[in-house]
Formats: sequence, structure tokens, C-alpha cells
Amino acid sequence: MAMLEIEGLNAWYGASHVLHGISLAIAPGEIVALVGRNGAGKTTTIRSAMGLMPKATGSVRFAGTELLALPAHARFRMGLAYVPEDRRIVPGLSVRENLQLGLVATDGSIDERRAIDEIAESFPRLKERLDQEGVTLSGGEQQMLAIARAMIAKPKMILLDEPSEGIMPVLVEEMGTLFRRLRDTGVTLLLVEQNVEWALRLADHAVIIDQGEVVHRSTAAALLADKAMQDRYCAV
Amino acid sequence: MDAELIAMQLFSGIALGAILIMVALGLSIIFGMLGVVNFAHGALFMVGAYAGLWVASRTGSFWWGLLVAPIAIGLFGILIERVLIRPLYGRSVDDPLLLTFGLGYVLVEAVRIVFGSDGIPFQTPPELSGVADLGIGFFPVYRLFVVGVVAIVLVLLWLGLEKTKFGLIVRAGAKDPQIMRVLGVDIAKVWLLVFGLGVGLTALGGVLAAPMRNVNPEMGALVLAEAFVVTVIGGMGSLLGAVVAGLLVGVAISMTALVAPEMATIVMFALMAAVLLVRPQGLFGKKSRA
Repeated sequence: MAMLEIEGLNAWYGASHVLHGISLAIAPGEIVALVGRNGAGKTTTIRSAMGLMPKATGSVRFAGTELLALPAHARFRMGLAYVPEDRRIVPGLSVRENLQLGLVATDGSIDERRAIDEIAESFPRLKERLDQEGVTLSGGEQQMLAIARAMIAKPKMILLDEPSEGIMPVLVEEMGTLFRRLRDTGVTLLLVEQNVEWALRLADHAVIIDQGEVVHRSTAAALLADKAMQDRYCAV
Repeated sequence: MDAELIAMQLFSGIALGAILIMVALGLSIIFGMLGVVNFAHGALFMVGAYAGLWVASRTGSFWWGLLVAPIAIGLFGILIERVLIRPLYGRSVDDPLLLTFGLGYVLVEAVRIVFGSDGIPFQTPPELSGVADLGIGFFPVYRLFVVGVVAIVLVLLWLGLEKTKFGLIVRAGAKDPQIMRVLGVDIAKVWLLVFGLGVGLTALGGVLAAPMRNVNPEMGALVLAEAFVVTVIGGMGSLLGAVVAGLLVGVAISMTALVAPEMATIVMFALMAAVLLVRPQGLFGKKSRA
């Protein structure tokens, strides 16, 4: 069974119809890259999966359960996490408190101190700055914090919206290593990216969206080799 | 003018400020979290005073009134949020404002129908009457008690906000409700509780104020104006600001009453104008709030 299965997804911003029947399936424990031009509907697709669109129809099944009628907070509690493009580190809160936010909705089965210690080991840059205000971190560190916050409650799947955007290359490489390690522990990742080559090197499968429709599905390796296809749909 | 009189008047101002803090905190916490300017807040202060009075007269004990009324009115606040205010989220910001404005009138009239238009004196409980000699002057025991209760409530509130999981959710949710949703928090439930908490605080202010002033259906109107001034001076949504500005306004009113009684009600507006000229966002307000 697919981890996330989207079928015939339509979504609207007010009167403007932005997704036209998106269908895609993601197997457990794989990384899927969702690529395409700016405004193609990539962000809208994951926002719909997370329950953040004002209007969406069709079907989004997560581990077999239909999500579309559920509010966003219920989707998170089922094990679906989301890292928004703008990171949304909460101002006025320390790095540690921002991490704690990732645990406030859990049932208490996760020991908070241990979870933060564990996550600090995976993110050495955050470990040194746990008591610093989160928004004072560099852009790349804030991105790491947003990812750490989304994974601290051990979700089954994480939706990531352009995690590499505006981040220095050394951190992007670190992030790639982290994503591979997450996949190896069984976490499923859906990666929306403009950094197409980087995403395709990481991913197992790739999906291209254009004008609110899926126009291509293949293995990531096949798309990586198909420069013509990349140029046609992903060129800036 | 002797130092003792000034000390007593200063203390009187602190006691007045303590009541204002209870009202302004509720106003500020509700605005900061829900973005709702609660115009029924003064009326709920008055309803709190009446509820305290009623419970005290039924049980024969001020203490029951002090304990039960804020909780009961806080629950009533939860009902108001759930039934009247929640359907208005996502609509114009004017809608909850108009609704609570009207609700304030409904509450005042309802109390008038049940308890009459005349004020009801609220006896200071015997164990809290009299004055205490603190060495620097004689102070009414009841006012000392009011300041003590407010101080305890502030400490509890601070601990709750800074040291508990719910407090973390409230602090974060006030800044970014959307991220809380995708971290699994049912933010509507949090708003409900915060509204109830804010209303409970103003009701507590009402019960505490009852023995210090005449309890009447109009008593909320002036308090609402004063609390607005306090939240504007302190900075909308800032809890520390509400505390500092509450004391500032209380003391300013009280000290002005000593030298120029006819200026006492105007001084807080002058203070507000002065603060706004220098810091438009208020003393502790953030320039840009999400």
C-alpha cells in the first residue's frame, strides 16, 4: 500500500482553479521529488495534502486513511509532518522551545528531554544554539530547525517545501545526507524543489507538475538523465 | 503635603492599578491570541462583580464569591466564544468587535432587569476590614489583600505561560497559529480556553473591585475605557506591558486626585497621548506583529 496516494486532486485559491486532477502515489520509505516551474502547483499540492487549502476535492489517502475531510492538526497526529517554504520559526521562542513545539501535540509517549538530546546530536549546529532565539539563526540554520521540529515527533512522512532554497551549498549537502538517513530509517519524504538536480540525485522517484497537472512520472535517475524533459518543464 | 498622605495615595493607586491589570490582561491576552477586541470586557467585569455578590450572599461567604464567580464567568466566556465569536473568524475584524459591543449592552440590560438599576453596596468581608499600620502609614487591609491576590495571579499566570506546555502553545499560537496547526495543535480549542481565561480574569477583577466601589450595571463602562488605555500604553498583546501600564495608570489617576481631583479622569488619556507620541506601539509592544 502506498504511504501517500493522491487521486484526482483539484484545488482552488478563491475563484482560481490551480490544481486539475493531480494523481501520484508514494511508497513507504522512498524519497519523491516533485518538480516543475514556479507556479506549476507544487506547493499547492503539498498544502492540499496537509489540509491548508481553502478548497480541495478528490482524494488524498495517507497510510490508507482518507485525509481530505480532516483538519491539518489531525493529519499531523496521524504521522504526516510538513515543513513550509518560509520555515515559520516562531519569534520570541528559543531554539529549544521551537523544537518543543514539535512535541506539544504528542500523547506524552516521547520523552521530551531525550528527544531534544537526540535531535541535537543529528543537528550539531542547533545543539550549540539551543537557548538562542530561533529567528536569530542564519537562514540555513532556521531551515534545519524547521526540519528538526517537523521530525522530532517521529512522523511516518514529511512534506518539504523547497528546503534547499537560499541556503549555502555546504548546508544543502548536509541536508541531503540527513534526508538519506531519514529514508534509511523508514521515513517517507516528498520533496518539492527548484534545485532539480540536487533533488533528483536524492530521490527515488520524480514527478513533474505543470499548470496544475502531472506531466511526467519516472524514476529520479531516468529524469536526471533526460535533459530534454528537464528543460521542457523545469527551466526557469 | 506630608509623606504619609502621599504614600497612602500611592498605595491606593497601586490597588486601583491591580484591578486594571486584571481587566487589561484579559483584554490583551484575547487580542494577542484571537485578534478579537473584546468590547464586552467591561460588562463581563460588571457581571463578575454581580456574580461574586450573588454567590457571597447565597453562601454567606465572600470567599466563595471570590472563588466561584471568576470560574463561572470564565465558563460563560467559553460559551460566548464557542457560540457567538467562533462563527465570525475569517470574516472582517469589525464583526467580532460589533458583536462584543452589542453583547456588552445585552449584559448590562440583563443585569439591570435582574438586579435593578440601583447600585448594591458590597460589604468588605469582616476579616479584611480595617486598616493596617505598615510603619509608613495606615493602609486599608482590603486593598493590601487585592494587591496580594493580583500578585499571586500574576505569578501563576507567568508560571503557566513560561513553564507549561499549554503556555508554550499559547505563546507560539499568538505569533503563528498556522504553524501550530501543522504541528498537531487544534488551535480553535486553544482560542476557546484563552477567551475563557481572559474573561475569568476580568471577572476576578470585578469581584475584587466590588467592595471598593458601588456595584452597579454601569460599573464596567469606565473600567473598559481605563483598560483600553492600559493596553494601548503597555502595547496591545503584551502581558508585561499590561502590568506595567496598569500600575502606571492607577498611580497616575490616584496621585492626580490628590493634587487636582478634577483632572483625575483626564490624566490617563494625557499619559496615553504622551506614550503614543514617543512609542506608537506602546511601551512593550512590538512594531510588527504577525
